[in-house]
Amino acid sequence: MNPTLQTLAVTLGILFTLLHVAAVLIWVERRLLALLQDRLGPNRAGPLGLFIIVADVIKIFTKEDWIPPFADRPLYVIAPAIILLTALVGFTIVPVGPGMVVLDLNIGILFFLAFSSLGIYSTVLAGWASNSKYALIGGLRMAAQMFSYEVFMGLSLMGVVILAGSLNLSEIVEAQRGMWFVLPQFLGFVIFLLAGLAETHRLPFDLPEAESELVAGFHTEYSSMKFGIFFVGEYIGLTLIAAMIVTLFFGGWLGPAWIPAPLVFCFKTFAFILFFILMRAAIPRPRFDQMLSWGWKYLLPLALINLIATGALVLIRAD
Amino acid sequence: MSDILFYAFAAITVFSAFMVVCSRNPVNAALFMIAAFVGAAALFALLEAFFLAAVQVLVYAGAVIVLFLFIIMLLDVERTRALRPGLVSLAASAAALGLLVVGVLWLFAWEGAGPLVDARGSDAPAALARNFGYELFTRYLLPVQVTGFLLLVAMIGVIHISKRPARDTAAEPKGEEANP
Repeated sequence: MNPTLQTLAVTLGILFTLLHVAAVLIWVERRLLALLQDRLGPNRAGPLGLFIIVADVIKIFTKEDWIPPFADRPLYVIAPAIILLTALVGFTIVPVGPGMVVLDLNIGILFFLAFSSLGIYSTVLAGWASNSKYALIGGLRMAAQMFSYEVFMGLSLMGVVILAGSLNLSEIVEAQRGMWFVLPQFLGFVIFLLAGLAETHRLPFDLPEAESELVAGFHTEYSSMKFGIFFVGEYIGLTLIAAMIVTLFFGGWLGPAWIPAPLVFCFKTFAFILFFILMRAAIPRPRFDQMLSWGWKYLLPLALINLIATGALVLIRAD
Repeated sequence: MSDILFYAFAAITVFSAFMVVCSRNPVNAALFMIAAFVGAAALFALLEAFFLAAVQVLVYAGAVIVLFLFIIMLLDVERTRALRPGLVSLAASAAALGLLVVGVLWLFAWEGAGPLVDARGSDAPAALARNFGYELFTRYLLPVQVTGFLLLVAMIGVIHISKRPARDTAAEPKGEEANP
Protein backbone atom coordinates (compact mmCIF):
# COMPACT_ATOMS: atom_id res chain seq x y z
CA MET A 1 0.00 0.00 0.00
CA ASN A 2 1.01 3.59 -0.55
CA PRO A 3 2.79 4.78 2.64
CA THR A 4 0.77 8.00 2.82
CA LEU A 5 -2.46 6.07 2.45
CA GLN A 6 -1.37 3.60 5.08
CA THR A 7 -0.53 6.36 7.56
CA LEU A 8 -3.90 7.93 6.86
CA ALA A 9 -5.69 4.63 7.37
CA VAL A 10 -3.80 3.97 10.62
CA THR A 11 -4.53 7.49 11.87
CA LEU A 12 -8.24 7.26 11.12
CA GLY A 13 -8.41 3.76 12.54
CA ILE A 14 -6.79 4.78 15.82
CA LEU A 15 -8.94 7.92 16.09
CA PHE A 16 -12.15 6.01 15.33
CA THR A 17 -11.32 3.25 17.81
CA LEU A 18 -10.30 5.67 20.55
CA LEU A 19 -13.41 7.81 20.42
CA HIS A 20 -15.60 4.71 20.52
CA VAL A 21 -13.56 3.09 23.25
CA ALA A 22 -14.03 6.21 25.35
CA ALA A 23 -17.79 5.90 24.99
CA VAL A 24 -17.95 2.16 25.60
CA LEU A 25 -15.70 2.45 28.65
CA ILE A 26 -18.35 4.49 30.42
CA TRP A 27 -20.64 1.46 30.21
CA VAL A 28 -17.86 -1.03 30.97
CA GLU A 29 -16.80 0.85 34.04
CA ARG A 30 -20.30 1.21 35.45
CA ARG A 31 -21.26 -2.42 34.86
CA LEU A 32 -17.96 -3.79 36.11
CA LEU A 33 -17.97 -1.67 39.25
CA ALA A 34 -21.54 -2.73 39.91
CA LEU A 35 -20.52 -6.37 39.54
CA LEU A 36 -17.73 -5.93 42.07
CA GLN A 37 -19.90 -4.02 44.50
CA ASP A 38 -22.67 -6.64 44.32
CA ARG A 39 -25.27 -4.52 42.57
CA LEU A 40 -26.73 -4.47 39.07
CA GLY A 41 -25.59 -1.23 37.51
CA PRO A 42 -27.26 0.26 34.43
CA ASN A 43 -29.12 -2.71 32.88
CA ARG A 44 -32.41 -1.19 31.66
CA ALA A 45 -31.79 0.37 28.24
CA GLY A 46 -31.12 -2.14 25.47
CA PRO A 47 -29.22 -5.45 25.65
CA LEU A 48 -27.09 -5.58 28.82
CA GLY A 49 -27.89 -1.91 29.32
CA LEU A 50 -25.62 -0.96 26.42
CA PHE A 51 -27.91 1.85 25.25
CA ILE A 52 -27.03 3.77 28.40
CA ILE A 53 -24.16 5.13 26.28
CA VAL A 54 -26.61 6.65 23.80
CA ALA A 55 -28.76 7.98 26.61
CA ASP A 56 -25.70 9.49 28.29
CA VAL A 57 -24.57 11.19 25.11
CA ILE A 58 -28.03 12.64 24.45
CA LYS A 59 -28.24 13.84 28.04
CA ILE A 60 -24.84 15.46 27.98
CA PHE A 61 -25.44 17.19 24.63
CA THR A 62 -28.82 18.62 25.56
CA LYS A 63 -27.92 19.89 29.02
CA GLU A 64 -27.54 23.61 29.52
CA ASP A 65 -23.95 24.64 28.87
CA TRP A 66 -23.52 26.98 31.79
CA ILE A 67 -20.41 29.07 32.20
CA PRO A 68 -20.25 30.57 35.68
CA PRO A 69 -20.26 34.38 35.58
CA PHE A 70 -17.34 34.42 38.04
CA ALA A 71 -15.16 32.19 35.85
CA ASP A 72 -12.19 33.24 33.75
CA ARG A 73 -14.02 32.64 30.48
CA PRO A 74 -11.29 31.92 27.88
CA LEU A 75 -9.35 29.60 30.17
CA TYR A 76 -12.54 27.91 31.32
CA VAL A 77 -13.39 27.05 27.72
CA ILE A 78 -9.87 25.99 26.70
CA ALA A 79 -9.22 23.70 29.70
CA PRO A 80 -11.35 20.68 28.65
CA ALA A 81 -9.96 20.83 25.11
CA ILE A 82 -6.38 20.50 26.37
CA ILE A 83 -6.83 17.07 27.95
CA LEU A 84 -8.51 15.65 24.85
CA LEU A 85 -5.92 17.17 22.53
CA THR A 86 -2.86 16.02 24.49
CA ALA A 87 -4.23 12.50 25.01
CA LEU A 88 -5.01 12.11 21.30
CA VAL A 89 -1.66 13.56 20.20
CA GLY A 90 0.07 11.26 22.69
CA PHE A 91 -1.42 8.31 20.82
CA THR A 92 0.38 9.22 17.59
CA ILE A 93 3.59 7.47 18.71
CA VAL A 94 1.98 4.22 19.93
CA PRO A 95 2.74 1.34 17.53
CA VAL A 96 -0.41 -0.80 17.24
CA GLY A 97 1.23 -3.27 14.88
CA PRO A 98 4.41 -3.76 12.83
CA GLY A 99 4.85 -0.48 10.98
CA MET A 100 1.39 0.66 12.07
CA VAL A 101 2.21 3.89 13.82
CA VAL A 102 1.19 7.43 12.97
CA LEU A 103 4.49 9.07 13.85
CA ASP A 104 7.58 6.86 14.06
CA LEU A 105 9.74 9.18 16.15
CA ASN A 106 13.24 8.39 17.41
CA ILE A 107 12.33 9.93 20.74
CA GLY A 108 8.91 8.27 21.12
CA ILE A 109 9.04 7.89 24.90
CA LEU A 110 10.02 11.51 25.43
CA PHE A 111 7.22 12.62 23.13
CA PHE A 112 4.74 10.65 25.21
CA LEU A 113 6.13 12.10 28.46
CA ALA A 114 6.07 15.63 27.03
CA PHE A 115 2.43 15.44 26.01
CA SER A 116 1.34 13.72 29.17
CA SER A 117 2.94 16.53 31.15
CA LEU A 118 1.15 19.11 29.00
CA GLY A 119 -2.13 17.36 29.77
CA ILE A 120 -1.81 18.47 33.40
CA TYR A 121 -2.69 22.01 32.37
CA SER A 122 -6.22 20.91 31.61
CA THR A 123 -6.84 20.05 35.25
CA VAL A 124 -4.82 22.88 36.75
CA LEU A 125 -6.38 25.54 34.51
CA ALA A 126 -9.90 24.17 34.94
CA GLY A 127 -9.41 24.46 38.68
CA TRP A 128 -8.08 27.98 38.41
CA ALA A 129 -10.52 29.30 35.79
CA SER A 130 -13.59 27.99 37.63
CA ASN A 131 -12.79 30.48 40.37
CA SER A 132 -14.43 28.45 43.11
CA LYS A 133 -12.71 27.03 46.15
CA TYR A 134 -13.28 23.30 45.55
CA ALA A 135 -12.18 23.56 41.96
CA LEU A 136 -9.10 25.55 42.96
CA ILE A 137 -8.11 22.99 45.60
CA GLY A 138 -8.53 20.28 42.98
CA GLY A 139 -6.32 22.15 40.53
CA LEU A 140 -3.67 22.82 43.17
CA ARG A 141 -3.66 19.16 44.17
CA MET A 142 -3.16 18.14 40.57
CA ALA A 143 -0.18 20.48 40.26
CA ALA A 144 1.40 19.13 43.46
CA GLN A 145 0.60 15.53 42.49
CA MET A 146 2.20 16.10 39.11
CA PHE A 147 5.54 17.14 40.66
CA SER A 148 5.62 14.09 42.84
CA TYR A 149 5.04 11.50 40.11
CA GLU A 150 6.36 13.10 36.93
CA VAL A 151 10.00 12.65 37.92
CA PHE A 152 9.81 8.96 38.75
CA MET A 153 7.48 8.30 35.85
CA GLY A 154 10.25 9.30 33.45
CA LEU A 155 12.92 7.52 35.52
CA SER A 156 10.96 4.27 35.69
CA LEU A 157 10.93 4.09 31.89
CA MET A 158 14.67 4.59 31.51
CA GLY A 159 15.38 1.00 32.54
CA VAL A 160 13.38 -0.13 29.51
CA VAL A 161 15.27 2.36 27.36
CA ILE A 162 18.61 0.95 28.58
CA LEU A 163 17.56 -2.63 27.84
CA ALA A 164 16.19 -1.81 24.40
CA GLY A 165 18.95 0.70 23.61
CA SER A 166 16.43 3.02 21.99
CA LEU A 167 13.78 5.62 22.74
CA ASN A 168 11.82 4.53 19.67
CA LEU A 169 8.71 2.59 20.66
CA SER A 170 8.70 0.30 17.61
CA GLU A 171 12.28 -0.72 18.38
CA ILE A 172 11.40 -1.25 22.03
CA VAL A 173 8.61 -3.63 20.99
CA GLU A 174 10.99 -5.48 18.63
CA ALA A 175 13.55 -5.79 21.45
CA GLN A 176 10.99 -7.73 23.49
CA ARG A 177 10.84 -10.67 21.07
CA GLY A 178 12.92 -12.83 23.41
CA MET A 179 11.39 -11.73 26.69
CA TRP A 180 8.83 -9.14 27.72
CA PHE A 181 10.43 -6.32 29.67
CA VAL A 182 8.05 -6.81 32.56
CA LEU A 183 10.32 -9.62 33.86
CA PRO A 184 13.69 -7.82 34.00
CA GLN A 185 11.99 -4.50 34.73
CA PHE A 186 9.31 -5.55 37.19
CA LEU A 187 10.15 -2.72 39.58
CA GLY A 188 10.03 -0.21 36.73
CA PHE A 189 6.67 -1.64 35.69
CA VAL A 190 5.16 -1.26 39.16
CA ILE A 191 6.47 2.30 39.49
CA PHE A 192 5.18 3.24 36.05
CA LEU A 193 1.81 1.70 36.85
CA LEU A 194 1.50 3.84 39.98
CA ALA A 195 2.68 6.92 38.11
CA GLY A 196 0.14 6.16 35.38
CA LEU A 197 -2.64 5.95 37.93
CA ALA A 198 -1.59 9.33 39.32
CA GLU A 199 -1.25 10.77 35.83
CA THR A 200 -4.78 9.80 34.81
CA HIS A 201 -5.94 10.85 38.29
CA ARG A 202 -8.05 7.76 38.74
CA LEU A 203 -8.75 6.06 42.02
CA PRO A 204 -6.83 5.46 44.25
CA PHE A 205 -5.02 8.64 43.17
CA ASP A 206 -8.03 10.72 42.13
CA LEU A 207 -7.19 13.39 44.69
CA PRO A 208 -7.84 16.31 42.32
CA GLU A 209 -11.40 15.01 42.01
CA ALA A 210 -12.04 13.32 45.38
CA GLU A 211 -15.85 13.43 45.29
CA SER A 212 -16.11 12.78 49.01
CA GLU A 213 -14.03 15.85 49.89
CA LEU A 214 -14.13 18.33 47.01
CA VAL A 215 -17.63 17.88 45.45
CA ALA A 216 -16.11 17.02 42.05
CA GLY A 217 -12.75 18.73 42.37
CA PHE A 218 -11.46 20.58 39.34
CA HIS A 219 -14.58 20.05 37.23
CA THR A 220 -17.09 21.06 39.89
CA GLU A 221 -18.33 24.01 37.83
CA TYR A 222 -18.39 22.23 34.48
CA SER A 223 -21.59 21.10 32.85
CA SER A 224 -22.88 19.67 29.58
CA MET A 225 -20.41 18.88 26.81
CA LYS A 226 -17.46 20.55 28.54
CA PHE A 227 -17.88 18.08 31.37
CA GLY A 228 -18.33 15.37 28.73
CA ILE A 229 -15.00 16.30 27.13
CA PHE A 230 -13.27 15.93 30.49
CA PHE A 231 -14.83 12.50 30.76
CA VAL A 232 -13.82 11.42 27.27
CA GLY A 233 -10.34 12.91 27.68
CA GLU A 234 -9.89 11.03 30.92
CA TYR A 235 -10.85 7.71 29.33
CA ILE A 236 -8.56 8.32 26.37
CA GLY A 237 -5.77 9.20 28.81
CA LEU A 238 -6.46 5.93 30.62
CA THR A 239 -6.30 4.04 27.33
CA LEU A 240 -3.04 5.79 26.51
CA ILE A 241 -1.44 4.76 29.79
CA ALA A 242 -2.66 1.18 29.32
CA ALA A 243 -1.31 1.19 25.75
CA MET A 244 2.06 2.51 26.96
CA ILE A 245 2.30 -0.17 29.66
CA VAL A 246 1.58 -2.81 27.02
CA THR A 247 4.07 -1.32 24.56
CA LEU A 248 6.90 -0.87 27.04
CA PHE A 249 6.53 -3.85 29.35
CA PHE A 250 4.23 -6.45 27.76
CA GLY A 251 5.60 -6.82 24.28
CA GLY A 252 3.20 -4.44 22.50
CA TRP A 253 1.70 -6.17 19.47
CA LEU A 254 3.89 -9.27 19.82
CA GLY A 255 1.79 -12.37 20.28
CA PRO A 256 0.73 -15.64 18.64
CA ALA A 257 1.31 -15.45 14.90
CA TRP A 258 -2.24 -16.50 13.96
CA ILE A 259 -3.85 -13.44 15.59
CA PRO A 260 -3.47 -10.10 13.73
CA ALA A 261 -1.02 -7.86 15.58
CA PRO A 262 -3.43 -4.93 16.18
CA LEU A 263 -5.91 -7.33 17.78
CA VAL A 264 -3.23 -8.64 20.15
CA PHE A 265 -2.40 -5.06 21.04
CA CYS A 266 -6.04 -4.11 21.63
CA PHE A 267 -6.61 -7.21 23.74
CA LYS A 268 -3.62 -6.52 25.99
CA THR A 269 -4.54 -2.86 26.31
CA PHE A 270 -8.10 -3.72 27.22
CA ALA A 271 -6.86 -6.09 29.91
CA PHE A 272 -4.99 -3.21 31.54
CA ILE A 273 -7.96 -0.89 31.24
CA LEU A 274 -10.01 -3.49 33.09
CA PHE A 275 -7.27 -3.71 35.69
CA PHE A 276 -7.40 0.06 36.19
CA ILE A 277 -11.16 -0.11 36.62
CA LEU A 278 -10.84 -2.95 39.13
CA MET A 279 -8.30 -0.91 41.10
CA ARG A 280 -11.00 1.66 41.56
CA ALA A 281 -13.26 -0.83 43.29
CA ALA A 282 -10.50 -2.48 45.29
CA ILE A 283 -8.41 0.23 46.90
CA PRO A 284 -9.42 3.23 49.03
CA ARG A 285 -8.04 6.66 48.34
CA PRO A 286 -4.95 7.63 50.38
CA ARG A 287 -4.67 10.98 52.07
CA PHE A 288 -3.11 13.69 49.93
CA ASP A 289 0.04 14.10 52.04
CA GLN A 290 0.48 10.31 52.12
CA MET A 291 0.44 10.16 48.35
CA LEU A 292 2.99 12.97 48.01
CA SER A 293 5.37 11.57 50.61
CA TRP A 294 5.19 8.03 49.14
CA GLY A 295 6.04 9.49 45.78
CA TRP A 296 9.07 11.43 46.99
CA LYS A 297 10.35 9.14 49.75
CA TYR A 298 9.86 5.66 48.30
CA LEU A 299 9.01 5.63 44.62
CA LEU A 300 11.60 8.17 43.47
CA PRO A 301 14.54 6.46 45.24
CA LEU A 302 13.27 3.06 44.05
CA ALA A 303 13.12 4.31 40.47
CA LEU A 304 16.69 5.64 40.80
CA ILE A 305 17.95 2.35 42.25
CA ASN A 306 16.22 0.47 39.44
CA LEU A 307 17.85 2.71 36.86
CA ILE A 308 21.35 2.39 38.35
CA ALA A 309 21.05 -1.37 38.83
CA THR A 310 19.82 -1.87 35.27
CA GLY A 311 22.61 0.27 33.88
CA ALA A 312 25.23 -1.58 35.92
CA LEU A 313 23.93 -5.01 34.87
CA VAL A 314 23.87 -4.04 31.21
CA LEU A 315 27.45 -2.75 31.48
CA ILE A 316 28.65 -5.92 33.24
CA ARG A 317 26.98 -8.09 30.59
CA ALA A 318 28.54 -6.03 27.81
CA ASP A 319 32.09 -6.73 29.04
CA MET B 1 6.58 24.95 3.47
CA SER B 2 9.33 24.75 6.07
CA ASP B 3 9.95 28.50 5.68
CA ILE B 4 6.29 29.34 6.24
CA LEU B 5 6.24 27.13 9.32
CA PHE B 6 9.42 28.76 10.59
CA TYR B 7 7.96 32.25 10.30
CA ALA B 8 4.66 31.15 11.84
CA PHE B 9 6.32 29.54 14.86
CA ALA B 10 8.86 32.34 15.19
CA ALA B 11 5.99 34.85 15.23
CA ILE B 12 4.11 32.81 17.84
CA THR B 13 7.23 32.54 19.99
CA VAL B 14 8.11 36.23 19.83
CA PHE B 15 4.53 37.39 20.32
CA SER B 16 4.03 35.06 23.29
CA ALA B 17 7.33 36.11 24.84
CA PHE B 18 6.27 39.73 24.47
CA MET B 19 2.91 39.00 26.08
CA VAL B 20 4.62 37.24 29.00
CA VAL B 21 6.22 40.56 29.90
CA CYS B 22 3.12 42.68 29.21
CA SER B 23 0.38 40.59 30.83
CA ARG B 24 -1.04 42.07 34.00
CA ASN B 25 -2.54 38.76 35.05
CA PRO B 26 0.23 36.37 36.18
CA VAL B 27 -1.72 33.27 35.09
CA ASN B 28 -2.03 34.66 31.56
CA ALA B 29 1.67 35.49 31.62
CA ALA B 30 2.47 31.89 32.57
CA LEU B 31 0.23 30.59 29.78
CA PHE B 32 1.92 32.82 27.21
CA MET B 33 5.19 31.44 28.51
CA ILE B 34 3.98 27.91 27.69
CA ALA B 35 3.10 29.10 24.18
CA ALA B 36 6.58 30.65 23.84
CA PHE B 37 8.26 27.42 24.98
CA VAL B 38 6.15 25.26 22.69
CA GLY B 39 6.89 27.66 19.82
CA ALA B 40 10.62 27.35 20.52
CA ALA B 41 10.23 23.55 20.66
CA ALA B 42 8.53 23.66 17.26
CA LEU B 43 11.50 25.64 15.91
CA PHE B 44 13.83 22.92 17.26
CA ALA B 45 11.67 20.29 15.59
CA LEU B 46 11.91 22.18 12.28
CA LEU B 47 15.70 21.92 12.63
CA GLU B 48 15.18 18.14 13.06
CA ALA B 49 16.43 18.33 16.65
CA PHE B 50 13.49 16.27 17.92
CA PHE B 51 15.23 15.29 21.13
CA LEU B 52 15.79 18.91 22.09
CA ALA B 53 12.21 19.76 21.13
CA ALA B 54 10.77 16.99 23.29
CA VAL B 55 12.95 17.90 26.25
CA GLN B 56 12.03 21.56 25.85
CA VAL B 57 8.32 20.71 26.10
CA LEU B 58 8.83 18.09 28.81
CA VAL B 59 10.96 20.21 31.15
CA TYR B 60 10.02 23.81 30.50
CA ALA B 61 6.48 23.79 29.15
CA GLY B 62 5.53 20.72 31.17
CA ALA B 63 7.19 20.94 34.55
CA VAL B 64 8.53 24.45 35.15
CA ILE B 65 5.35 26.31 34.24
CA VAL B 66 3.20 24.00 36.37
CA LEU B 67 5.48 25.01 39.23
CA PHE B 68 4.93 28.68 38.33
CA LEU B 69 1.16 28.19 38.19
CA PHE B 70 1.24 26.38 41.51
CA ILE B 71 3.02 29.31 43.14
CA ILE B 72 0.77 31.87 41.45
CA MET B 73 -2.32 30.08 42.71
CA LEU B 74 -0.95 30.01 46.25
CA LEU B 75 -0.11 33.71 46.16
CA ASP B 76 -2.55 36.50 46.79
CA VAL B 77 -2.66 37.87 43.26
CA GLU B 78 -4.61 41.03 44.12
CA ARG B 79 -1.98 42.03 46.65
CA THR B 80 1.01 41.28 44.43
CA ARG B 81 -0.58 43.22 41.60
CA ALA B 82 -0.18 46.44 43.62
CA LEU B 83 3.53 45.82 44.17
CA ARG B 84 5.93 48.01 42.24
CA PRO B 85 9.60 47.09 41.90
CA GLY B 86 12.03 49.45 43.58
CA LEU B 87 14.38 51.71 41.65
CA VAL B 88 17.45 49.65 42.49
CA SER B 89 15.97 46.34 41.32
CA LEU B 90 14.61 48.01 38.17
CA ALA B 91 18.02 49.45 37.34
CA ALA B 92 19.77 46.16 38.14
CA SER B 93 17.37 44.15 35.95
CA ALA B 94 17.70 46.62 33.10
CA ALA B 95 21.50 46.52 33.32
CA ALA B 96 21.56 42.70 33.45
CA LEU B 97 19.19 42.42 30.51
CA GLY B 98 21.21 44.95 28.51
CA LEU B 99 24.43 43.05 29.19
CA LEU B 100 22.80 39.81 28.15
CA VAL B 101 21.53 41.24 24.85
CA VAL B 102 24.89 42.86 24.08
CA GLY B 103 26.69 39.64 25.00
CA VAL B 104 24.56 37.47 22.71
CA LEU B 105 24.85 39.93 19.81
CA TRP B 106 28.59 40.12 20.34
CA LEU B 107 28.86 36.35 20.33
CA PHE B 108 27.25 36.22 16.90
CA ALA B 109 29.06 39.21 15.42
CA TRP B 110 32.56 38.48 16.74
CA GLU B 111 34.71 36.36 14.40
CA GLY B 112 36.84 34.99 17.24
CA ALA B 113 33.87 32.99 18.55
CA GLY B 114 34.56 30.45 15.84
CA PRO B 115 32.30 29.26 13.06
CA LEU B 116 28.69 28.54 13.96
CA VAL B 117 27.95 24.82 14.23
CA ASP B 118 25.39 23.53 11.78
CA ALA B 119 22.53 22.39 13.97
CA ARG B 120 20.94 20.22 11.27
CA GLY B 121 21.79 16.73 10.13
CA SER B 122 21.93 13.43 11.94
CA ASP B 123 25.35 13.93 13.54
CA ALA B 124 24.57 17.34 15.05
CA PRO B 125 24.82 17.34 18.86
CA ALA B 126 21.10 17.79 19.42
CA ALA B 127 19.78 15.42 16.75
CA LEU B 128 19.86 12.12 18.63
CA ALA B 129 19.60 11.36 22.30
CA ARG B 130 22.78 9.30 22.04
CA ASN B 131 24.83 12.14 20.52
CA PHE B 132 23.35 14.53 23.03
CA GLY B 133 24.29 12.44 26.05
CA TYR B 134 27.73 11.65 24.66
CA GLU B 135 28.57 15.31 24.06
CA LEU B 136 27.26 16.32 27.48
CA PHE B 137 29.45 13.79 29.28
CA THR B 138 32.60 14.38 27.24
CA ARG B 139 33.03 17.69 25.49
CA TYR B 140 30.70 19.77 27.64
CA LEU B 141 31.41 18.03 30.94
CA LEU B 142 32.74 21.16 32.69
CA PRO B 143 29.82 23.45 31.74
CA VAL B 144 27.37 20.75 32.84
CA GLN B 145 29.12 20.41 36.19
CA VAL B 146 29.25 24.18 36.69
CA THR B 147 25.55 24.51 35.85
CA GLY B 148 24.71 21.69 38.22
CA PHE B 149 26.72 23.35 40.97
CA LEU B 150 24.98 26.69 40.37
CA LEU B 151 21.59 24.98 40.61
CA LEU B 152 22.66 23.32 43.85
CA VAL B 153 23.71 26.70 45.26
CA ALA B 154 20.40 28.23 44.23
CA MET B 155 18.48 25.34 45.78
CA ILE B 156 20.32 25.55 49.08
CA GLY B 157 19.77 29.31 49.09
CA VAL B 158 16.04 28.90 48.55
CA ILE B 159 15.77 26.27 51.29
CA HIS B 160 17.72 28.51 53.65
CA ILE B 161 15.55 31.57 52.93
CA SER B 162 12.26 29.71 53.21
CA LYS B 163 13.29 27.84 56.36
CA ARG B 164 14.45 30.81 58.43
CA PRO B 165 11.14 32.38 59.47
CA ALA B 166 9.80 28.98 60.54
CA ARG B 167 12.75 28.49 62.87
CA ASP B 168 12.23 31.89 64.49
CA THR B 169 8.56 31.30 65.21
CA ALA B 170 8.75 27.62 66.19
CA ALA B 171 8.61 26.90 69.90
CA GLU B 172 11.11 24.07 69.60
CA PRO B 173 13.89 24.60 67.10
CA LYS B 174 14.05 20.93 66.04
CA GLY B 175 10.37 20.19 66.43
CA GLU B 176 9.32 20.81 62.83
CA GLU B 177 11.53 18.10 61.38
CA ALA B 178 9.69 15.45 63.36
CA ASN B 179 6.36 16.73 62.02
CA PRO B 180 5.43 14.60 58.98
